[in-house]
Amino acid sequence: MGVIQTIIERVRGILISVQDLALFTAATFRACFTRPFYGRELVHQLHFAGIGSLLIVVLSSAVAGQALALQLARELAVTGAKSQLGHFMVISVVRALGPVLVGMVVASRMSAGITAELAAMRATDQIDALVAFGSDPMKRLVVPRFIALMVALPGLVVIGDALAVIGGGVVGMQYHITWETYMNGVHLYLTPKNLMVGMIKPFLFAAMIAIVACWKGFRSEGGAKGVGVSTTESVVISSVGILILDGVLTRLVFKLLHW
Amino acid sequence: MIEFRDIIYSIDGRRILSDVSFVVGEGETRVILGPSGSGKSTILRLLLGLVRPDSGAILVGGEDLTRVNEERMRQVRQMIGMVFQQGALFDSMTVAENVGFSLLEHEHTDEDEVERRVRETLRQVGLAEDLVDRMPDELSGGMQRRVAIARALAARDPRILLYDEPTTGLDPQAAQRITDLILHLRDAYGKTSLMVTHDIADAYKVGNCMTLLHEGRVVFDGDPGDLDRAESPVVNEFLAPFRSAVALAAQRISTGVPASRAPRPPSAPFSPGGTP
Repeated sequence: MGVIQTIIERVRGILISVQDLALFTAATFRACFTRPFYGRELVHQLHFAGIGSLLIVVLSSAVAGQALALQLARELAVTGAKSQLGHFMVISVVRALGPVLVGMVVASRMSAGITAELAAMRATDQIDALVAFGSDPMKRLVVPRFIALMVALPGLVVIGDALAVIGGGVVGMQYHITWETYMNGVHLYLTPKNLMVGMIKPFLFAAMIAIVACWKGFRSEGGAKGVGVSTTESVVISSVGILILDGVLTRLVFKLLHW
Repeated sequence: MIEFRDIIYSIDGRRILSDVSFVVGEGETRVILGPSGSGKSTILRLLLGLVRPDSGAILVGGEDLTRVNEERMRQVRQMIGMVFQQGALFDSMTVAENVGFSLLEHEHTDEDEVERRVRETLRQVGLAEDLVDRMPDELSGGMQRRVAIARALAARDPRILLYDEPTTGLDPQAAQRITDLILHLRDAYGKTSLMVTHDIADAYKVGNCMTLLHEGRVVFDGDPGDLDRAESPVVNEFLAPFRSAVALAAQRISTGVPASRAPRPPSAPFSPGGTP
Protein backbone atom coordinates (compact mmCIF):
# COMPACT_ATOMS: atom_id res chain seq x y z
CA MET A 1 0.00 0.00 0.00
CA GLY A 2 2.93 2.30 0.74
CA VAL A 3 4.20 2.17 -2.84
CA ILE A 4 0.73 2.62 -4.30
CA GLN A 5 0.07 5.52 -1.95
CA THR A 6 3.36 7.11 -3.01
CA ILE A 7 2.48 6.73 -6.69
CA ILE A 8 -0.97 8.19 -6.10
CA GLU A 9 0.54 11.15 -4.27
CA ARG A 10 3.09 11.69 -7.06
CA VAL A 11 0.42 11.62 -9.76
CA ARG A 12 -1.77 13.93 -7.69
CA GLY A 13 1.17 16.32 -7.26
CA ILE A 14 1.84 16.34 -11.02
CA LEU A 15 -1.82 17.01 -11.83
CA ILE A 16 -1.92 19.88 -9.35
CA SER A 17 1.23 21.34 -10.94
CA VAL A 18 -0.26 21.04 -14.42
CA GLN A 19 -3.42 22.79 -13.24
CA ASP A 20 -1.37 25.53 -11.58
CA LEU A 21 0.67 26.02 -14.77
CA ALA A 22 -2.51 26.22 -16.85
CA LEU A 23 -3.96 28.89 -14.54
CA PHE A 24 -0.66 30.79 -14.63
CA THR A 25 -0.71 30.67 -18.43
CA ALA A 26 -4.27 32.03 -18.54
CA ALA A 27 -3.33 34.80 -16.09
CA THR A 28 -0.33 35.71 -18.27
CA PHE A 29 -2.44 36.11 -21.40
CA ARG A 30 -5.06 38.14 -19.47
CA ALA A 31 -2.35 40.43 -18.10
CA CYS A 32 -1.02 41.09 -21.61
CA PHE A 33 -4.21 42.91 -22.55
CA THR A 34 -4.88 45.04 -19.46
CA ARG A 35 -3.15 48.18 -18.19
CA PRO A 36 -0.69 49.21 -16.95
CA PHE A 37 2.06 48.33 -19.41
CA TYR A 38 5.68 48.59 -18.37
CA GLY A 39 7.46 49.88 -21.47
CA ARG A 40 10.83 50.44 -19.84
CA GLU A 41 10.87 46.93 -18.41
CA LEU A 42 9.88 45.52 -21.82
CA VAL A 43 12.76 47.31 -23.54
CA HIS A 44 15.17 45.99 -20.92
CA GLN A 45 13.91 42.43 -21.39
CA LEU A 46 14.06 42.73 -25.19
CA HIS A 47 17.69 43.71 -24.87
CA PHE A 48 18.38 40.80 -22.50
CA ALA A 49 16.56 38.23 -24.62
CA GLY A 50 17.43 39.50 -28.09
CA ILE A 51 20.79 41.24 -28.05
CA GLY A 52 22.01 39.14 -25.14
CA SER A 53 21.30 35.85 -26.93
CA LEU A 54 22.63 36.98 -30.34
CA LEU A 55 26.22 35.85 -29.96
CA ILE A 56 25.37 32.39 -28.71
CA VAL A 57 22.78 31.94 -31.48
CA VAL A 58 25.23 33.11 -34.16
CA LEU A 59 27.96 30.75 -32.96
CA SER A 60 25.78 27.70 -32.51
CA SER A 61 23.85 28.17 -35.77
CA ALA A 62 26.97 28.74 -37.86
CA VAL A 63 28.71 25.70 -36.41
CA ALA A 64 25.66 23.42 -36.49
CA GLY A 65 24.77 24.52 -40.03
CA GLN A 66 28.22 23.66 -41.30
CA ALA A 67 28.25 20.31 -39.51
CA LEU A 68 24.89 19.42 -41.06
CA ALA A 69 26.01 20.56 -44.50
CA LEU A 70 29.16 18.42 -44.23
CA GLN A 71 27.12 15.32 -43.47
CA LEU A 72 24.61 16.03 -46.24
CA ALA A 73 27.18 17.06 -48.86
CA ARG A 74 29.22 13.91 -48.33
CA GLU A 75 26.21 11.61 -48.74
CA LEU A 76 24.79 13.57 -51.66
CA ALA A 77 28.17 13.45 -53.39
CA VAL A 78 28.14 9.64 -53.16
CA THR A 79 24.67 9.44 -54.73
CA GLY A 80 25.46 12.05 -57.37
CA ALA A 81 22.91 14.54 -56.06
CA LYS A 82 25.25 17.27 -54.85
CA SER A 83 23.12 19.93 -56.51
CA GLN A 84 20.33 19.15 -54.04
CA LEU A 85 22.35 20.42 -51.05
CA GLY A 86 20.51 23.76 -51.00
CA HIS A 87 17.15 21.96 -51.06
CA PHE A 88 17.98 19.68 -48.17
CA MET A 89 19.57 22.45 -46.12
CA VAL A 90 16.40 24.53 -46.37
CA ILE A 91 14.15 21.64 -45.39
CA SER A 92 16.42 20.55 -42.54
CA VAL A 93 17.29 23.96 -41.16
CA VAL A 94 14.25 26.14 -41.81
CA ARG A 95 11.60 23.56 -40.98
CA ALA A 96 13.30 21.63 -38.20
CA LEU A 97 16.84 22.15 -36.95
CA GLY A 98 16.88 25.94 -36.93
CA PRO A 99 13.91 26.56 -34.64
CA VAL A 100 14.82 23.66 -32.35
CA LEU A 101 18.53 24.50 -32.09
CA VAL A 102 17.96 28.21 -31.52
CA GLY A 103 15.07 27.40 -29.20
CA MET A 104 17.19 25.08 -27.06
CA VAL A 105 20.09 27.53 -26.92
CA VAL A 106 17.83 30.44 -25.96
CA ALA A 107 15.85 28.23 -23.55
CA SER A 108 18.95 27.24 -21.62
CA ARG A 109 20.02 30.88 -21.30
CA MET A 110 16.68 32.57 -20.73
CA SER A 111 15.08 29.89 -18.56
CA ALA A 112 18.04 29.97 -16.20
CA GLY A 113 18.23 33.77 -16.18
CA ILE A 114 14.52 34.42 -15.71
CA THR A 115 13.89 31.68 -13.16
CA ALA A 116 16.96 32.50 -11.08
CA GLU A 117 16.06 36.19 -10.94
CA LEU A 118 12.40 35.66 -10.08
CA ALA A 119 13.16 32.87 -7.61
CA ALA A 120 15.66 35.14 -5.85
CA MET A 121 13.01 37.86 -5.74
CA ARG A 122 10.59 35.33 -4.22
CA ALA A 123 13.16 34.23 -1.64
CA THR A 124 13.83 37.83 -0.57
CA ASP A 125 10.10 38.81 -0.44
CA GLN A 126 10.47 41.27 -3.35
CA ILE A 127 7.49 39.76 -5.17
CA ASP A 128 5.34 40.08 -2.05
CA ALA A 129 6.64 43.64 -1.67
CA LEU A 130 5.44 44.43 -5.21
CA VAL A 131 1.96 43.23 -4.22
CA ALA A 132 2.11 45.07 -0.89
CA PHE A 133 2.91 48.34 -2.66
CA GLY A 134 0.08 47.90 -5.12
CA SER A 135 1.85 46.53 -8.18
CA ASP A 136 0.75 43.43 -10.07
CA PRO A 137 3.75 41.07 -10.41
CA MET A 138 2.16 39.40 -13.45
CA LYS A 139 2.06 42.71 -15.33
CA ARG A 140 5.37 44.01 -14.06
CA LEU A 141 7.51 40.88 -14.18
CA VAL A 142 5.88 38.23 -16.37
CA VAL A 143 4.34 40.17 -19.26
CA PRO A 144 7.55 42.04 -20.26
CA ARG A 145 9.51 38.77 -20.29
CA PHE A 146 6.76 36.96 -22.20
CA ILE A 147 6.43 39.64 -24.90
CA ALA A 148 10.20 40.08 -25.13
CA LEU A 149 10.71 36.39 -25.88
CA MET A 150 7.79 36.29 -28.33
CA VAL A 151 9.48 39.11 -30.28
CA ALA A 152 13.11 38.08 -29.85
CA LEU A 153 13.03 34.33 -30.48
CA PRO A 154 11.49 34.41 -33.98
CA GLY A 155 14.01 37.07 -34.95
CA LEU A 156 16.85 34.99 -33.56
CA VAL A 157 15.58 31.94 -35.46
CA VAL A 158 15.61 33.92 -38.72
CA ILE A 159 19.20 34.98 -38.05
CA GLY A 160 20.19 31.47 -37.05
CA ASP A 161 18.55 29.91 -40.10
CA ALA A 162 20.24 32.41 -42.42
CA LEU A 163 23.67 31.75 -40.92
CA ALA A 164 23.22 27.98 -41.05
CA VAL A 165 22.07 28.05 -44.68
CA ILE A 166 24.88 30.41 -45.71
CA GLY A 167 27.33 28.21 -43.83
CA GLY A 168 25.99 25.27 -45.79
CA GLY A 169 26.80 27.06 -49.03
CA VAL A 170 30.35 27.64 -47.89
CA VAL A 171 30.73 23.95 -47.07
CA GLY A 172 29.18 23.05 -50.42
CA MET A 173 31.92 24.89 -52.27
CA GLN A 174 34.41 22.46 -50.72
CA TYR A 175 32.50 19.73 -52.53
CA HIS A 176 32.61 21.70 -55.78
CA ILE A 177 29.00 22.83 -55.54
CA THR A 178 28.86 26.32 -56.99
CA TRP A 179 27.28 29.10 -55.03
CA GLU A 180 24.72 29.60 -57.82
CA THR A 181 23.67 25.95 -57.79
CA TYR A 182 23.39 25.96 -54.04
CA MET A 183 21.33 29.19 -53.90
CA ASN A 184 19.05 27.95 -56.72
CA GLY A 185 18.12 25.02 -54.47
CA VAL A 186 17.64 27.34 -51.53
CA HIS A 187 15.34 29.69 -53.47
CA LEU A 188 13.34 26.84 -54.89
CA TYR A 189 12.50 25.38 -51.51
CA LEU A 190 12.30 28.55 -49.43
CA THR A 191 8.57 28.55 -50.05
CA PRO A 192 5.94 30.36 -47.95
CA LYS A 193 4.79 27.01 -46.57
CA ASN A 194 8.25 25.99 -45.43
CA LEU A 195 8.82 29.44 -43.96
CA MET A 196 5.51 29.33 -42.10
CA VAL A 197 6.23 25.89 -40.69
CA GLY A 198 9.58 27.16 -39.51
CA MET A 199 8.17 30.35 -38.02
CA ILE A 200 5.17 28.94 -36.15
CA LYS A 201 7.49 26.98 -33.91
CA PRO A 202 9.52 29.88 -32.45
CA PHE A 203 6.37 31.65 -31.25
CA LEU A 204 5.15 28.54 -29.43
CA PHE A 205 8.62 27.81 -28.07
CA ALA A 206 8.95 31.40 -26.83
CA ALA A 207 5.60 31.27 -25.05
CA MET A 208 6.51 28.00 -23.37
CA ILE A 209 10.00 29.16 -22.31
CA ALA A 210 8.70 32.42 -20.83
CA ILE A 211 5.72 30.96 -19.02
CA VAL A 212 7.58 27.96 -17.58
CA ALA A 213 10.55 30.11 -16.49
CA CYS A 214 8.34 32.71 -14.79
CA TRP A 215 6.11 30.06 -13.23
CA LYS A 216 9.07 28.18 -11.72
CA GLY A 217 10.48 31.43 -10.40
CA PHE A 218 7.22 32.50 -8.79
CA ARG A 219 6.69 29.06 -7.19
CA SER A 220 10.22 28.71 -5.85
CA GLU A 221 10.49 27.76 -2.17
CA GLY A 222 13.26 27.05 0.27
CA GLY A 223 15.63 29.99 -0.08
CA ALA A 224 18.92 29.62 -1.96
CA LYS A 225 18.52 25.88 -2.44
CA GLY A 226 15.07 26.46 -3.87
CA VAL A 227 16.49 28.96 -6.37
CA GLY A 228 18.89 26.30 -7.64
CA VAL A 229 16.23 23.60 -7.83
CA SER A 230 13.74 25.86 -9.63
CA THR A 231 16.35 27.06 -12.12
CA THR A 232 17.45 23.55 -12.97
CA GLU A 233 13.87 22.33 -13.36
CA SER A 234 13.02 25.32 -15.53
CA VAL A 235 15.86 24.61 -17.97
CA VAL A 236 15.04 20.90 -18.13
CA ILE A 237 11.30 21.42 -18.64
CA SER A 238 11.89 24.08 -21.34
CA SER A 239 14.49 22.01 -23.19
CA VAL A 240 12.48 18.78 -23.15
CA GLY A 241 9.32 20.73 -23.84
CA ILE A 242 10.81 22.17 -27.03
CA LEU A 243 11.63 18.70 -28.31
CA ILE A 244 8.18 17.36 -27.48
CA LEU A 245 6.43 20.41 -28.91
CA ASP A 246 8.50 20.13 -32.09
CA GLY A 247 7.50 16.49 -32.53
CA VAL A 248 3.83 17.24 -31.97
CA LEU A 249 3.83 20.26 -34.29
CA THR A 250 5.63 18.36 -37.03
CA ARG A 251 3.05 15.59 -36.95
CA LEU A 252 0.18 18.09 -36.84
CA VAL A 253 1.57 20.01 -39.80
CA PHE A 254 1.93 16.82 -41.84
CA LYS A 255 -1.44 15.32 -40.91
CA LEU A 256 -3.69 18.38 -40.83
CA LEU A 257 -2.08 20.82 -43.22
CA HIS A 258 -0.23 18.32 -45.43
CA TRP A 259 2.59 20.82 -45.61
CA MET B 1 -8.82 50.17 13.48
CA ILE B 2 -7.64 46.56 12.93
CA GLU B 3 -9.36 43.48 14.27
CA PHE B 4 -8.48 39.83 13.84
CA ARG B 5 -11.46 37.66 14.73
CA ASP B 6 -11.11 33.87 15.22
CA ILE B 7 -8.59 33.49 12.43
CA ILE B 8 -7.68 29.94 11.40
CA TYR B 9 -4.97 29.41 8.77
CA SER B 10 -3.35 26.21 7.52
CA ILE B 11 -0.77 25.26 4.87
CA ASP B 12 -0.85 21.76 3.34
CA GLY B 13 -2.95 20.50 6.24
CA ARG B 14 -0.59 21.95 8.85
CA ARG B 15 -2.31 24.39 11.23
CA ILE B 16 -0.35 27.69 11.43
CA LEU B 17 -2.85 29.89 13.29
CA SER B 18 -5.68 28.70 15.52
CA ASP B 19 -8.51 31.02 16.63
CA VAL B 20 -6.30 34.09 16.71
CA SER B 21 -8.13 37.21 17.85
CA PHE B 22 -6.88 40.67 18.82
CA VAL B 23 -7.65 44.35 18.26
CA VAL B 24 -5.36 47.26 17.37
CA GLY B 25 -6.83 50.63 18.21
CA GLU B 26 -6.26 53.85 16.27
CA GLY B 27 -2.78 55.21 16.97
CA GLU B 28 -1.71 52.11 18.90
CA THR B 29 1.43 50.07 18.36
CA ARG B 30 0.69 46.41 18.97
CA VAL B 31 3.56 43.99 19.14
CA ILE B 32 3.07 40.38 18.10
CA LEU B 33 5.62 38.35 20.03
CA GLY B 34 6.56 34.75 19.79
CA PRO B 35 9.32 32.27 19.00
CA SER B 36 10.32 31.44 15.42
CA GLY B 37 7.63 29.43 13.66
CA SER B 38 4.78 30.60 15.89
CA GLY B 39 2.93 32.23 12.96
CA LYS B 40 3.78 35.88 13.63
CA SER B 41 4.76 36.91 10.08
CA THR B 42 1.70 35.09 8.74
CA ILE B 43 -0.48 37.61 10.57
CA LEU B 44 1.03 40.45 8.55
CA ARG B 45 0.61 38.49 5.31
CA LEU B 46 -3.05 37.87 6.15
CA LEU B 47 -3.59 41.56 6.81
CA LEU B 48 -2.04 42.46 3.45
CA GLY B 49 -4.13 39.85 1.66
CA LEU B 50 -1.03 37.98 0.45
CA VAL B 51 -2.67 34.83 1.82
CA ARG B 52 -6.26 34.12 2.78
CA PRO B 53 -7.41 32.54 6.08
CA ASP B 54 -9.34 29.28 6.20
CA SER B 55 -11.94 30.98 8.40
CA GLY B 56 -12.45 34.05 10.56
CA ALA B 57 -12.55 37.75 9.81
CA ILE B 58 -9.96 40.50 9.40
CA LEU B 59 -11.49 43.94 9.81
CA VAL B 60 -9.75 47.16 8.85
CA GLY B 61 -11.78 50.27 9.47
CA GLY B 62 -14.84 48.05 9.84
CA GLU B 63 -14.41 46.36 6.46
CA ASP B 64 -13.88 42.57 6.40
CA LEU B 65 -10.90 41.97 4.11
CA THR B 66 -11.63 38.26 3.83
CA ARG B 67 -14.71 39.11 1.76
CA VAL B 68 -13.26 41.66 -0.67
CA ASN B 69 -12.00 40.95 -4.18
CA GLU B 70 -8.43 41.56 -5.36
CA GLU B 71 -9.33 44.93 -6.89
CA ARG B 72 -10.65 46.26 -3.58
CA MET B 73 -7.73 44.66 -1.72
CA ARG B 74 -5.35 46.61 -3.97
CA GLN B 75 -7.05 49.82 -2.83
CA VAL B 76 -6.84 48.81 0.83
CA ARG B 77 -3.11 48.11 0.49
CA GLN B 78 -2.58 51.73 -0.50
CA MET B 79 -3.32 52.80 3.07
CA ILE B 80 -0.91 50.25 4.51
CA GLY B 81 2.87 50.58 4.54
CA MET B 82 4.84 47.37 5.05
CA VAL B 83 8.43 46.95 6.22
CA PHE B 84 9.47 43.40 5.31
CA GLN B 85 11.95 41.28 7.15
CA GLN B 86 15.41 42.05 5.71
CA GLY B 87 13.84 45.05 3.93
CA ALA B 88 12.86 43.35 0.65
CA LEU B 89 14.17 46.33 -1.33
CA PHE B 90 13.91 45.93 -5.11
CA ASP B 91 17.52 45.17 -5.95
CA SER B 92 17.24 46.26 -9.59
CA MET B 93 16.22 49.79 -8.49
CA THR B 94 18.09 52.64 -6.84
CA VAL B 95 17.25 53.95 -3.37
CA ALA B 96 15.24 56.77 -4.95
CA GLU B 97 13.30 54.37 -7.17
CA ASN B 98 12.59 52.12 -4.19
CA VAL B 99 11.38 54.92 -1.93
CA GLY B 100 9.37 56.58 -4.71
CA PHE B 101 7.94 53.30 -5.98
CA SER B 102 4.34 53.84 -4.89
CA LEU B 103 4.35 57.48 -5.94
CA LEU B 104 5.37 56.53 -9.48
CA GLU B 105 3.23 53.40 -9.62
CA HIS B 106 -0.09 54.87 -8.46
CA GLU B 107 -0.10 58.59 -8.16
CA HIS B 108 1.70 59.24 -11.48
CA THR B 109 3.33 62.19 -9.76
CA ASP B 110 5.78 64.14 -11.89
CA GLU B 111 9.44 63.30 -11.39
CA ASP B 112 10.40 66.54 -9.66
CA GLU B 113 7.69 66.10 -7.04
CA VAL B 114 8.67 62.45 -6.58
CA GLU B 115 12.29 63.47 -6.04
CA ARG B 116 11.25 66.12 -3.53
CA ARG B 117 9.14 63.64 -1.54
CA VAL B 118 11.83 60.96 -1.69
CA ARG B 119 14.44 63.32 -0.25
CA GLU B 120 11.99 64.52 2.43
CA THR B 121 11.20 60.93 3.45
CA LEU B 122 14.87 59.97 3.56
CA ARG B 123 15.46 62.92 5.90
CA GLN B 124 12.53 61.72 8.04
CA VAL B 125 14.24 58.37 8.57
CA GLY B 126 17.63 59.95 9.22
CA LEU B 127 19.34 59.09 5.94
CA ALA B 128 21.51 61.38 3.85
CA GLU B 129 19.99 62.55 0.57
CA ASP B 130 23.11 61.62 -1.37
CA LEU B 131 22.08 57.96 -1.04
CA VAL B 132 19.37 58.40 -3.67
CA ASP B 133 21.42 56.94 -6.54
CA ARG B 134 22.88 54.05 -4.60
CA MET B 135 21.76 50.46 -5.16
CA PRO B 136 20.47 48.46 -2.19
CA ASP B 137 23.47 46.11 -2.10
CA GLU B 138 25.74 49.11 -1.55
CA LEU B 139 24.04 49.89 1.78
CA SER B 140 24.56 48.43 5.24
CA GLY B 141 21.81 46.33 6.82
CA GLY B 142 20.64 49.17 9.02
CA MET B 143 20.51 51.60 6.11
CA GLN B 144 18.57 49.09 4.01
CA ARG B 145 16.07 48.74 6.83
CA ARG B 146 15.64 52.51 7.04
CA VAL B 147 15.18 52.76 3.27
CA ALA B 148 12.49 50.09 3.63
CA ILE B 149 10.77 52.21 6.30
CA ALA B 150 11.06 55.26 4.03
CA ARG B 151 9.48 53.28 1.19
CA ALA B 152 6.58 52.33 3.46
CA LEU B 153 6.14 55.94 4.60
CA ALA B 154 6.28 57.47 1.13
CA ALA B 155 3.43 55.20 0.00
CA ARG B 156 0.54 57.72 0.07
CA ASP B 157 1.14 58.60 3.74
CA PRO B 158 -0.24 55.29 5.03
CA ARG B 159 -2.54 55.12 8.03
CA ILE B 160 -1.21 51.72 9.07
CA LEU B 161 2.41 50.61 9.31
CA LEU B 162 3.43 46.95 9.49
CA TYR B 163 6.89 45.87 10.64
CA ASP B 164 8.12 42.30 10.15
CA GLU B 165 11.05 41.73 12.52
CA PRO B 166 12.53 45.16 11.72
CA THR B 167 15.70 44.72 13.79
CA THR B 168 16.54 41.07 13.06
CA GLY B 169 20.12 40.66 11.91
CA LEU B 170 21.20 44.19 12.86
CA ASP B 171 23.92 45.14 15.30
CA PRO B 172 22.65 46.67 18.57
CA GLN B 173 23.35 50.26 17.53
CA ALA B 174 21.58 49.88 14.20
CA ALA B 175 18.71 48.07 15.93
CA GLN B 176 18.35 50.92 18.40
CA ARG B 177 18.22 53.46 15.57
CA ILE B 178 15.39 51.47 13.99
CA THR B 179 13.36 51.18 17.21
CA ASP B 180 13.92 54.89 17.92
CA LEU B 181 12.59 55.63 14.43
CA ILE B 182 9.53 53.45 15.01
CA LEU B 183 8.88 55.25 18.30
CA HIS B 184 9.28 58.61 16.57
CA LEU B 185 6.76 57.64 13.89
CA ARG B 186 4.36 56.47 16.58
CA ASP B 187 4.65 59.55 18.76
CA ALA B 188 5.06 62.26 16.13
CA TYR B 189 2.60 61.01 13.50
CA GLY B 190 0.19 58.85 15.48
CA LYS B 191 0.45 55.93 13.06
CA THR B 192 -1.36 52.71 13.85
CA SER B 193 1.31 50.02 13.83
CA LEU B 194 1.63 46.29 14.07
CA MET B 195 5.11 44.98 14.75
CA VAL B 196 6.14 41.34 14.66
CA THR B 197 9.24 40.41 16.62
CA HIS B 198 10.82 37.77 18.79
CA ASP B 199 12.99 40.39 20.50
CA ILE B 200 11.47 41.08 23.91
CA ALA B 201 13.53 44.23 24.48
CA ASP B 202 12.23 45.77 21.25
CA ALA B 203 8.70 44.72 22.19
CA TYR B 204 8.83 46.43 25.56
CA LYS B 205 10.40 49.54 24.06
CA VAL B 206 7.96 50.04 21.21
CA GLY B 207 4.64 48.39 22.11
CA ASN B 208 1.57 49.91 23.74
CA CYS B 209 0.04 46.45 23.83
CA MET B 210 1.26 42.92 23.22
CA THR B 211 0.05 39.63 21.87
CA LEU B 212 2.14 36.52 22.51
CA LEU B 213 1.75 33.60 20.12
CA HIS B 214 2.76 30.04 20.86
CA GLU B 215 2.27 27.31 18.24
CA GLY B 216 -0.25 29.47 16.43
CA ARG B 217 -2.38 30.30 19.45
CA VAL B 218 -2.70 33.51 21.47
CA VAL B 219 -1.38 32.81 24.97
CA PHE B 220 -1.25 36.43 26.13
CA ASP B 221 -3.00 39.60 25.03
CA GLY B 222 -2.65 42.80 27.04
CA ASP B 223 -0.36 45.49 28.40
CA PRO B 224 3.42 45.02 28.33
CA GLY B 225 3.52 45.45 32.11
CA ASP B 226 1.13 42.53 32.59
CA LEU B 227 3.28 40.20 30.44
CA ASP B 228 5.96 39.90 33.09
CA ARG B 229 3.33 39.14 35.76
CA ALA B 230 1.50 36.50 33.70
CA GLU B 231 1.28 33.13 35.41
CA SER B 232 1.06 31.03 32.25
CA PRO B 233 3.97 28.51 32.06
CA VAL B 234 4.22 29.15 28.29
CA VAL B 235 4.71 32.88 28.87
CA ASN B 236 7.27 32.23 31.57
CA GLU B 237 9.18 29.81 29.37
CA PHE B 238 9.30 32.42 26.59
CA LEU B 239 10.47 35.15 28.99
CA ALA B 240 13.03 32.97 30.81
CA PRO B 241 16.04 33.74 28.55
CA PHE B 242 15.27 37.44 28.71
CA ARG B 243 14.97 37.39 32.49
CA SER B 244 18.27 35.46 32.73
CA ALA B 245 20.01 38.01 30.50
CA VAL B 246 18.63 40.89 32.57
CA ALA B 247 19.70 39.19 35.79
CA LEU B 248 23.18 38.52 34.37
CA ALA B 249 23.53 42.13 33.24
CA ALA B 250 22.36 43.41 36.62
CA GLN B 251 24.84 41.12 38.38
CA ARG B 252 27.71 42.35 36.18
CA ILE B 253 26.81 45.96 36.79
CA SER B 254 26.52 45.55 40.56
CA THR B 255 29.70 43.45 41.04
CA GLY B 256 31.83 44.98 38.30
CA VAL B 257 32.83 41.47 37.16
CA PRO B 258 33.49 41.20 33.38
CA ALA B 259 30.96 39.07 31.49
CA SER B 260 33.53 36.36 30.66
CA ARG B 261 34.09 35.68 34.37
CA ALA B 262 30.56 36.15 35.69
CA PRO B 263 28.94 32.86 36.74
CA ARG B 264 26.02 32.00 34.45
CA PRO B 265 22.68 31.42 36.17
CA PRO B 266 21.81 27.70 35.77
CA SER B 267 18.55 28.45 33.91
CA ALA B 268 20.18 30.54 31.17
CA PRO B 269 20.30 28.58 27.87
CA PHE B 270 23.25 28.89 25.49
CA SER B 271 22.38 31.48 22.88
CA PRO B 272 24.81 32.04 19.98
CA GLY B 273 25.02 35.63 18.80
CA GLY B 274 23.80 36.85 15.43
CA THR B 275 20.62 36.37 13.49
CA PRO B 276 18.29 33.68 14.90
